[in-house]
Amino acid sequence: MAEFHSVTLDFDKCRGCINCVKRCPTEAIRVKNGKAFIISERCIDCGECIRICPHHAKKAVYDKMSVIEGYEYRVALPAPSLYPQFNNLDSIDYVLDGLLRIGFDDVFEVAGAAELVSEMTRSMMKRSDCPKPLISNACPAIVKLIQVRFPKLLPHLHTLQPPVEVAARLARERAVKKSGLPADKIGVFFISPCPAKVTALRHPAGGERVVDGVLSISEVYMALLPEMKKIERPQAEQISGISGISWSYTGGEATALLLPHYLAADGIENSIKILDEIENDKLGGIDFVELDACFSGCVGGCLCIENPYIARTKVRYLRKYQPVTMSHLADYPGKEEKDFLFEDEVEYDPVLELASDPVKAMEIMLQIEEIEKKLPGIDCASCGSPTCACFAQDVATGKAELNDCVFLMKKELEGKLSGKEQNDGKATV
Amino acid sequence: MAINMRYVVDGSDFTTAGEASTAVKMKLKKLGIAPDIVRRVAIAMYEAEINMVIHAGGGVAEVELESDKIIIKLIDHGKGIADVDLAMREGYSTAPDAVRNLGFGAGMGLPNIKKYSDEMHIDTEVGKGTTVTIIINLQ
Repeated sequence: MAEFHSVTLDFDKCRGCINCVKRCPTEAIRVKNGKAFIISERCIDCGECIRICPHHAKKAVYDKMSVIEGYEYRVALPAPSLYPQFNNLDSIDYVLDGLLRIGFDDVFEVAGAAELVSEMTRSMMKRSDCPKPLISNACPAIVKLIQVRFPKLLPHLHTLQPPVEVAARLARERAVKKSGLPADKIGVFFISPCPAKVTALRHPAGGERVVDGVLSISEVYMALLPEMKKIERPQAEQISGISGISWSYTGGEATALLLPHYLAADGIENSIKILDEIENDKLGGIDFVELDACFSGCVGGCLCIENPYIARTKVRYLRKYQPVTMSHLADYPGKEEKDFLFEDEVEYDPVLELASDPVKAMEIMLQIEEIEKKLPGIDCASCGSPTCACFAQDVATGKAELNDCVFLMKKELEGKLSGKEQNDGKATV
Repeated sequence: MAINMRYVVDGSDFTTAGEASTAVKMKLKKLGIAPDIVRRVAIAMYEAEINMVIHAGGGVAEVELESDKIIIKLIDHGKGIADVDLAMREGYSTAPDAVRNLGFGAGMGLPNIKKYSDEMHIDTEVGKGTTVTIIINLQ
């Protein structure tokens, strides 16, 4: 069965150019018969192809706003990156109130849950059994990247659920109490900045689905804007402070741990480089590593509207008169760390392996090397694979034909033509 | 059946040092070699690669992957090692200050290679060069 991915292709809009093929950090896209296609098991839903496609043929699939109508009591879980989409926002309460006006009965800020995660992480990191460095699991594209490419680092992944899942659990419990309705009448919806979180929440690695739908920031923004303008005095009250709101950009999660030795980086290439360094034991003395697939972090997600750098500036403005932290575990009597731990470990997903049998894998690699010698090595991608090396692998594994290479074809044609000329010459003599 | 890889290690550029070991690491992952072994190869080879850049102005890395082991040879034509036993001592380094200021040359290179490999040979002659051979078993 093909796995679900939020990132998909609009077949009609695709012109078969190679922009996405070249950009994809996991070499998951090929062009075949004039159309791009995504190799499902390699896709990490980072959204790079959506950003680069000039024809808007790459799209993120998410739930439409109307999905909430199927539930009697609806709870919104806004990502912290929703707030800096708005201009001149003095208080988060306007956004929260707006959500109550567009059809939600309750709002639970993911930024509030993020503060709980920071609090629990701080105490986990004081214990001797905590791996060093501890690697954040908040960005699902990074988790997937580690899963397919850095199996040795899986034990370093944080074992606490990310803020959105913590928020979903607490929000549902609160909704049951508040509404008096049975759990299946309650719908909990995350408002997401990126396709990676859509995929991760619809088909969570741990198996258990904690939300009933995932909406996009861009669509919710459009619904919120006119309603927010009508608010004179917001009724809702925020449950997050500076540390929770700051999770919206790179470094926010790490600084909330109040540790001197952390590393925070953004962008897939930078992240790969840093994971390589950790794997090679070259990053000593670092206690915590936060990596975000998108530049600037979640505000850089491709379901956001505002430019990520402008959004960061707005976060700084928004944080100005806020308290540092507003949510504490003590606010949730009976809740403790173990209620929010993942039950299963994240497993290695060896999709990059050439074959499961090492001897077979070696045979294929030798074939790849032979094929590569014939190729021009200019990585033009006209064949539909991102590089000559990747094309050689596609040919060796039966996924492409050698004559898909336009340079080899040109050579062959030239050979035939000059042969023909000679023959023609002989014929006239 | 064996797979051979050959990389020229540029001795003039610190920033590209480590490219050969990164490329080998990626290939081993594609071959489905156990993650533990991949990591040992990557660390041992990286140390040897850096050594070649610091002390010998670069050289050549030859990697031979057999069904049961991986043999990595780092061949340079640098100044050679005068006292191998001393060079093997943890913390002993002849790296110039400029290199140490960059955070390299802590005298852990050769000891680390030994630690992460199953076999290690140093073949060296003062004035002629050094060949470091690293063998790591795949099982």
